[in-house]
This record gives sequence, C-alpha cells and structure tokens, in this order.
Amino acid sequence: MELFLNELANGLFVGAFFALVAVGYSMVYGILRLINFAHGDFFMVAAFVSYTILGAVAVGHVHMVWFTVIWVGLLVMLLTGLLAVLANRLIYHPMRRAALLSLMIAALGLSQVLENGVLNIPSWGSAFLTYPVTSPANGFNVGQSHFTWFQLIIVVISGLLSLGVYLLVSRTLLGKAMRAVSEDRIAAALMGINVDLVIAVVFFIGGALAGAAAVMTGVYYGQINYLMGWTVGLEAFTAAVLGGIGNIGGAVLGGVVLGIAQSVGTGWFGAEWALVVTFVVLVLLLWLRPTGILGERVARRM
Amino acid sequence: MSQNLVAAQGRRSVLRTKWPQRTALFVLVVLAALVPHMTGNQYYLSVAYQAEVLICLAIGLNIVVGYCGLLDLGFAAFFAIGAYTTGLLSVDRHWTILATIPPGIAIAVICAVIIGLPTLRLRSDYLAVVTLGFGLIIQSIATNLNQTGGATGIYGIPILTVGGIVIQTAQSFYYVFLILLVVFVFISFRLRNSRIGRAWLCIREDEDAAQAMGIKIHRYKLYAYMGGAVMGSVTGALYAPALTAISPPSFGFNESLLILMAVAIGGMGSVWGAILGGAIVVILPEAFRQFSQARLLIFGAMLIIIMMTRPRGLFPEGAFKGTATRLRERFNDRAPPRPLVAPPEAAVRDAPSEGP
Repeated sequence: MELFLNELANGLFVGAFFALVAVGYSMVYGILRLINFAHGDFFMVAAFVSYTILGAVAVGHVHMVWFTVIWVGLLVMLLTGLLAVLANRLIYHPMRRAALLSLMIAALGLSQVLENGVLNIPSWGSAFLTYPVTSPANGFNVGQSHFTWFQLIIVVISGLLSLGVYLLVSRTLLGKAMRAVSEDRIAAALMGINVDLVIAVVFFIGGALAGAAAVMTGVYYGQINYLMGWTVGLEAFTAAVLGGIGNIGGAVLGGVVLGIAQSVGTGWFGAEWALVVTFVVLVLLLWLRPTGILGERVARRM
Repeated sequence: MSQNLVAAQGRRSVLRTKWPQRTALFVLVVLAALVPHMTGNQYYLSVAYQAEVLICLAIGLNIVVGYCGLLDLGFAAFFAIGAYTTGLLSVDRHWTILATIPPGIAIAVICAVIIGLPTLRLRSDYLAVVTLGFGLIIQSIATNLNQTGGATGIYGIPILTVGGIVIQTAQSFYYVFLILLVVFVFISFRLRNSRIGRAWLCIREDEDAAQAMGIKIHRYKLYAYMGGAVMGSVTGALYAPALTAISPPSFGFNESLLILMAVAIGGMGSVWGAILGGAIVVILPEAFRQFSQARLLIFGAMLIIIMMTRPRGLFPEGAFKGTATRLRERFNDRAPPRPLVAPPEAAVRDAPSEGP
C-alpha cells in the first residue's frame, strides 16, 4: 500500500511535466489540427538554453539561487514562446493551405533540425549534461513516504499555469477568439478576428509552457540531453489524446493519468515495460472511450 | 484531388491505357537492372539495395496513407514482424528463408486486425497515436524478451537460396529487391484500379460521402491496413538475410518516420512518388555523409523546404496525367468535339442538298 501510494505520487509529478507539454500540443492541435511534432523539441531547446543561462548566472549566488531560477525560468518561457512563434511564422504559416500531412512532415523536419542543431553546438553536444541547479532533498513525510518540497512546488506551478491557460481560454475575449478560430477559421476571420494573431498567441503559450516544464525538469532530474524532447513530446502527445485532444482540461487530466499509469506500471512490470504499459492503457481507453476522457466533440469530422 | 478520382474511375486500367507510364516503367526496370554492371562498388550497391528496401516499404505504406488516407506512424512494426519471424524461424527452427515468409505474413495480418479492428473506427489523429504506440510496443517487445535476443537481436541468419541460387552479395540482393519492387508496383497499380482501390480513394476523399454511397468504410480501411502490413512483412522477411543480423534499433520510430517521409516527399497516393521518395530518403543522407554530424540537420532542413515549396510532394498523384493525356490525344483522340445532342441523321444528310 505504501509502495502504491508512493508510485501514485510519483506518477503525479511526472504527470505534471507531461501536462504542461501536453497543453501546448493540445492547443496547437485544437486550432490548426496539426500534430506539432517539433513541440517536444521546443521543450528540449528550452532545457539547453536555461542550462546555459543558469550556468552563467547561478554560480556564486548561493543564497539567491531560487530567485535566479525563477527569473531565468520566466526568461526561458519568453524565449521558448518566441521560438514557437518564429517556427509558426517561418514554416507553418506559409503552409497554411497545404495538406495536413505535409504540415506534419514539415514539423518532423523541424524536429530533426532542432535536435541536430543542438547536437552540433559545441558546448551542448550529445552527452548528458548536468543541470547547474538541482532540487534540495529536504521535504516532508506522509506515512513512510518521503516527498520533497520541490515535488510539491512542481505540482503547484504546473497546476497554476494550466489553470491560468484554462481561464484565459474560457473567460477572456482572446480565449473566445481562440475558440472561434478553432471552431471555424474562415467564419472567425469574417467576424473580424485577427486569425494570424490568435494562432501566434496559441503557439506562444504552448512554447512558454514547454519552457516552464523544461526548467523544472532540468532542476528535478538534474540532467539534460538532446533527445529528451523526443520522449517527452511523445508522451505529452499521448497524454493530450488520452484526455481528449484540443481540450485543455483533458490535456492536464491525460498527463496525470498517463504519469500514474506509467509509474504504477513500472512498479509492477519493471521500467523496461513502461512504454508498453503506456500505450496499452491508451489503446484500451480509446477503445472504450474513442474521444478521450474529456473529449466532447464526439462525431465531428475533423 | 477529386478530379483525379473521377479520372481514375473513368479508366479501366492504368497499365492498359496509360502506355507512356507502362513504357516508362519498362525503361526504368531495364535501367535499374543494368546498374550493377555499371558499378562494381560494393558501397554503392549496398546503398542501392537499401534504397530498394525503403521503396518497397514506401509502396506498402502508400496503400495505407496514400490510397486510403490513414495516417500510420508505426509502419516499421510490420517490417519488424517480418524480419523477426524470419530470423527466429530460420535460426532456432532451421527453416529455409522462403518458407518463413507465409508465417510472417500471417502474423502481420493478425496484428493488423488486432490493432485495426478497434481503432480504425476512430478519427485519423487517434489512429496516428495508436499506430505509433503499436510500433513502439513491437520494438519494446523485441528489446525486452529473451526469446527475441533482447537488445542484441538475432544474428547468424542463414543465407537466402532461391531454387538453388545462393543470394549473398550486395549485387544479388539488389536483384532480389528489384524483383520484389516490381511485384509491389504491379500489385499497387492493379489494386488502385480495382473495386477495392476505388473504395479506398473514395474514403480518402470524403469518408462521409463514401459511407453514404454504401462503401463499408471500416472494412475497406482494414483491408488497406492489412495490405500495407503484408508488404511490410514480406520486405522484412527478405531484409533479414540481407543483414544477417537484426536488432531492435533498426525497427524503431525513426524507421517508420523515414518510410512516411518517403511517401510524403514523393507524393501521396502516387507509386512513382513512393519510388522517388524512397530513393531520396536513403540516398540524400548518404550523399551528405561527408558532413557527418550535420547531415541530419541538412536532411531536416531539406524536408522542410520540400514540403514548403511542393506540399503535395515532388511527384504527386496525377503528375503523369498531363503528359499521358497529351500524348494520347495526339495519337488517338484527334476527333473533333461532338455536340452534346447529336442531330437526327436525316437532317444531317439532307442539309447540303437544301435549296436547289
């Protein structure tokens, strides 16, 4: 029971990362119907950029280290958001009229470019790099399980960011415009909505969330690698579909469910079967509930 | 898109009426057969047969993605099933290579049904994830089971012999895959113009309309998925003896992506496109080999540029139609356009003799 509780909690932390990346996936999908395969690599690039910035500024600021991490985190969120907007402007925007599959192949191409770009930068390369700041081990006990404060912080930050995006989409005028563009882009444009701006904002939010997830991942796991975006992207994408793609609450829920399924599955079958467990859960869930956990638009043709 | 569909339906058989295409195919096969005589370089030959393998896979995937419009992100799974079935049966049970092909096909079809039956009803984005997952599961199983040799895979796969001919060199494998390629091309063209092929194109163009016309869309989608699976499996079965050792990394998501890229670069739904795309995807990175680490970077960038400048692929469906139609018109259809409603015969005959 203790072990199970531990795995459950662990799944929650992993799920918090998945959720943040999944929200970005899901929002871009919701508005463009594009599976943005490069999204996981935005996350990876963010991890490397934050690694370099933190490495340059965090040294010697022992007392101020958490303050530094926070402002670097915000800066990286901004930069990653801009990277996503740039990718949209340079690649996806000119291809707006192309078939979706062409767009997806271009996204795969971008993913290759980002991964191999990082690989070819001398100070980054292919090795596992040790993140300059690591999370402290002190925390609290529940029963016999030990949790660190940082794990709690991850869940809180992820929750707040997701909640913020949810409120933005559901309560503000901008959010209304997003939903309108997602529903029918042409009609939205005819109603005077600046579609390009809305799409750019969606990319920015997705990128920024991936940036936040990247900094937290770096601090939590303590090391980064140029292929890290790939796995996380894959799992975040699965999480987004699991929860009902195009749906922000669904992406968060999907992330948490996937995290827990992976963690518990790993506990039962061993780490090497984690991926299999993930996808078996996914297939079963989609079979039982074809639109994802929270998917609403059931029979709509996309 | 829909014009192509109408055109395809109007023609009984691509091979019969599109003689320029048939001639082109013949010339290409002859040229391809001569390649080993032009170069004795083993490296070029091995790149060439690897390109053929990828083209075979791309033609298989083209049935799923190009004809039927289903996004499959785990196609390498069927490639792996074929290769591993051959590897296991030939190494552990000492079967001859050719005898291992039918069980490979059977397992691939069974897997296609297990994966396809529940998920082909889903929206195609979900299908993408499920197939992606299937690909990863197959790779994961191959990596983690002791019976499949774990991470080291299977080695010492016996030599392929066909009717007493030993096939061992890069050159002989080049011919084996060339024959397989021609067979696949032929099957693809025949399928394209069959009842099943027309149903696939209808489903791709408009699923709802296809269903309204009485096409059993789930059944035909499953046929497409199974068709791709069979081609993938056969290619894998013949690829195993070519490599003599197989291991899980050769059948991962990257391989699936490469096949998908071949289809998309070449032109969706076009067999010619699959051939060109497969060749590009294998040969281009090899050509950039001197840049070592940067070659995938260049490859990725080129992929983006191709998709941005030619989103339907380099050689899209119907690219030949212009040439073929023009040539046919020049030789056959010189007749002036007829009026929509022909005038009564008597009126035509009597017309000149009017007004004496």
